Amino acid sequence: MLRLERRAAPSSVMSVVSPLVAAVGMLVTGFLLFSALGKDPVEAFYLFFIKPLSTTYGIGELLLKTTPLLLCGLGLALGFRANVWNIGAEGQLTMGAIAGGGVALWFGDSDSNFAMPLMLLAGVLGGMAWAAIPAFLRTRFNTNEILVTLMLVYIAQLALSWLVHGPWRDPEGQNYPQSQGFGDAETMSILIDGTRVTWGIVYALVLAVVAWVFAQKTFAGFRMQVAGLAPAAAAYAGFSEKRNIWIALLLCGATAGLAGICEVAGPIGRLQQQISPGYGFAAIIVAWIGRLHPIGVVFGALLMSLLYLGGESAQMGMGLPSAITGLFQGLLLFYLLAADLFITFRLKRVVDAPEPKPAARVGSAA
Amino acid sequence: MDQSGFANLKPRLVLTGITKRYPSVVANEDVSLSVRPGEIHAVLGENGAGKSTLMKIIYGVTKPDAGTIMWNGQYETITAPSQARRMGIGMVFQHFSLFETLTVWENIALALDEPVPTAKLAAQITEVSEKYGLPIDPYRLVHSMSVGERQRVEIVRCLLQEPKLLIMDEPTSVLTPQAVLILFKTLRRLAAEGCSILYISHKLDEIRALCDTASVLRGGRISGGAIPKNETNESLARLMIGGELAECHLIPREAKEVRLDVEHLTLQSPDPFGTSLKDISLTVRSGEILGIAGVSGNGQKELMTALSGERLSSGSMIKLLGRPVGNLNPAQRRALGLTFVPEERLGRGAVPPMTLAYNALLTGARKGMVQTGLIHPTVMKTFSKNVIERFKVKCGGDQSVASSLSGGNLQKFIVGRETMLAPKMMIVAQPTWGVDVGAAQLIRQALIDLRDQGVALLVISEELDELFTISDRLSVIAAGRLSPSVKPAETSIEQIGVWMSGKFGDRAGEGAAPAPPRMETANAPA
Repeated sequence: MLRLERRAAPSSVMSVVSPLVAAVGMLVTGFLLFSALGKDPVEAFYLFFIKPLSTTYGIGELLLKTTPLLLCGLGLALGFRANVWNIGAEGQLTMGAIAGGGVALWFGDSDSNFAMPLMLLAGVLGGMAWAAIPAFLRTRFNTNEILVTLMLVYIAQLALSWLVHGPWRDPEGQNYPQSQGFGDAETMSILIDGTRVTWGIVYALVLAVVAWVFAQKTFAGFRMQVAGLAPAAAAYAGFSEKRNIWIALLLCGATAGLAGICEVAGPIGRLQQQISPGYGFAAIIVAWIGRLHPIGVVFGALLMSLLYLGGESAQMGMGLPSAITGLFQGLLLFYLLAADLFITFRLKRVVDAPEPKPAARVGSAA
Repeated sequence: MDQSGFANLKPRLVLTGITKRYPSVVANEDVSLSVRPGEIHAVLGENGAGKSTLMKIIYGVTKPDAGTIMWNGQYETITAPSQARRMGIGMVFQHFSLFETLTVWENIALALDEPVPTAKLAAQITEVSEKYGLPIDPYRLVHSMSVGERQRVEIVRCLLQEPKLLIMDEPTSVLTPQAVLILFKTLRRLAAEGCSILYISHKLDEIRALCDTASVLRGGRISGGAIPKNETNESLARLMIGGELAECHLIPREAKEVRLDVEHLTLQSPDPFGTSLKDISLTVRSGEILGIAGVSGNGQKELMTALSGERLSSGSMIKLLGRPVGNLNPAQRRALGLTFVPEERLGRGAVPPMTLAYNALLTGARKGMVQTGLIHPTVMKTFSKNVIERFKVKCGGDQSVASSLSGGNLQKFIVGRETMLAPKMMIVAQPTWGVDVGAAQLIRQALIDLRDQGVALLVISEELDELFTISDRLSVIAAGRLSPSVKPAETSIEQIGVWMSGKFGDRAGEGAAPAPPRMETANAPA
């Protein structure tokens, strides 16, 4: 018989191994799933995990999709460490895209050197402004940030939809709900020739290092972590709860907003109704797979990006439904949460309790 | 109850060779003991000696790796508390097992194996609780109750089931001396009715006053047995810690300038079941310890949070070093030289999953551990290593996580940390609650040393012996009001006990309590 038993101390090995276990669990289940669908699992795996990486263009696509996942994941991870449950990175991303895209449209075809820095700044500020709403409501009225951030996602998306259907619609766009294409100075330059990957990935990686320094080396990062682990201890030490909430939400707003503008000023090149296939939500999984650790989030983002690419590739190559991407994401999170149990618990084989020797004596006595 | 009275009775409970190993520690090794009907048997030992594990084994919470339990002459394997309860074993835990969001009667109903109608149960609760002098309102929510009140719920919950064996894990730490006497009466009555009692404690006086027999645990093994009445505190302590007990001494000295001045502090409790502070005035001077006694739940928590800054107050009711601080937050008050040790160690005084080094940073940021916003790891580690060394914190070093330390060792670390922050004023709540004798002496001595260095200390405690040992002056908090202060030498445990029930007659003619000695007289001889 096996029994769950609390470990004497949380296993540090297991906290690193757990994401790997989750990845393997996802693969095995995927294998069974492909087999059940009558697809050759080996070919499916090849399409899903190898083919997307077999060309420079593919690598570029991987990095391209990693960028928004990583940016949002970083901000979310910092907030989650402080027990601030922002699940609306998607909305902050959208608002960053709107603000930055608005600046780009204002510049039009201008060659100004200020255009790109101002767009990025506007993107960051747009995301932060959107995140400031739940921060204000939580600190002032004690609202639940999970609900507020989630609802604000839909508001942001509808705002974008209204803009591209209305005021910002391209007059020459044959009534498609999209803005004019951004000018050259308003489009991010390509990092690797022959791919679509932009400087966004560099910003994201630099920010991962910055986030790591912030989380591990600064007192502000420490305060946020204490607030997450033991709120009473934070109050006792005099760390302001409100300040932590503001910092957590604004940081995520900033990175998600940057992700948004990097998308519209990068591969998309204009504002349109649909700018993200749920990067902001997938980034929640990314943050957890990355153990809420900025460097871990980099790997989490790469893996999640591969799932997006693999899903597309499998759709095209084998005619699998598009739900396959979400399915793999869900599998990954499912196995991760299951494997995480073993950070604080372990399985112990319980030999059926050796019936105490004297029990026999009782028998003979009775 | 006389030893000979049950000497020839068949034992109710016999443990033989009980062994329990945990991944990191052997909690019990080859422990054997027996209890007869009507016997009050003390299980004595320091924190971490394995007392609680042994009791959990008897109560069916924990399964032993080896050994046998015989109950009324039958070998039994107790697999669950419900089975233990059916057999007639009741247990009052040291760490309460109550659901905070439920009411008293709901909590008790959950522990009953048969459903009982609410009204009937509530009436039973009231009846039993009053019979044993532990009044509780069955309809109150547990989260609003103090530690002391929660324990009453636990005790009453057990008594309702009319147990044959009652296990009491450190039950008196939250009671007034009078209430302790009542509890002892209760326990003796239960024993006389034939109920066996296993009484876990480290309070030697109590054990000598109450218990018929004692088993002493040290490091998970039985280090000896004794008839407590025939022993002295010293001989019991020797069995318990395997060495001599250090004494701490308070050499009278002149207090200097006022460091903390509280004037007419009145503060409504935000919690409807909390205790509002009413017109509290006190001063603490440099080089003195003011002790505040009182039964838990009489405003200690509220006073502590008002003084620490976790709860703000208006005006200049609280002055620290002559400065009004009512509207300053804890960090700002700390910057002025205030440090404090809270009652809850894990989760408030320390962050459970963080290392001791980071727990030093929790309040030690001003000690050079943070420079321009960045954590300075060497300063942090040196500081925590110093704390560990000076306060003899038993741990694996500054990288041990706080939750891996025993309660006493963690408290040593927290007291040490707050001490080494070189405070001008230090507030300590329950310095030695649940801490073993050895560690308690060390902590008390540390507080006295601080006082001798000219620090002003305010100690809130429920242990009267402790307050009598370490206080220059003593006050009592009852129902949110504070008594006048008195020198320990000029009062008595009984007097303080009367005050603890709220009768300190600050208005002429109120209550039966004799007029307390005033500070003017107390100051004269030094």
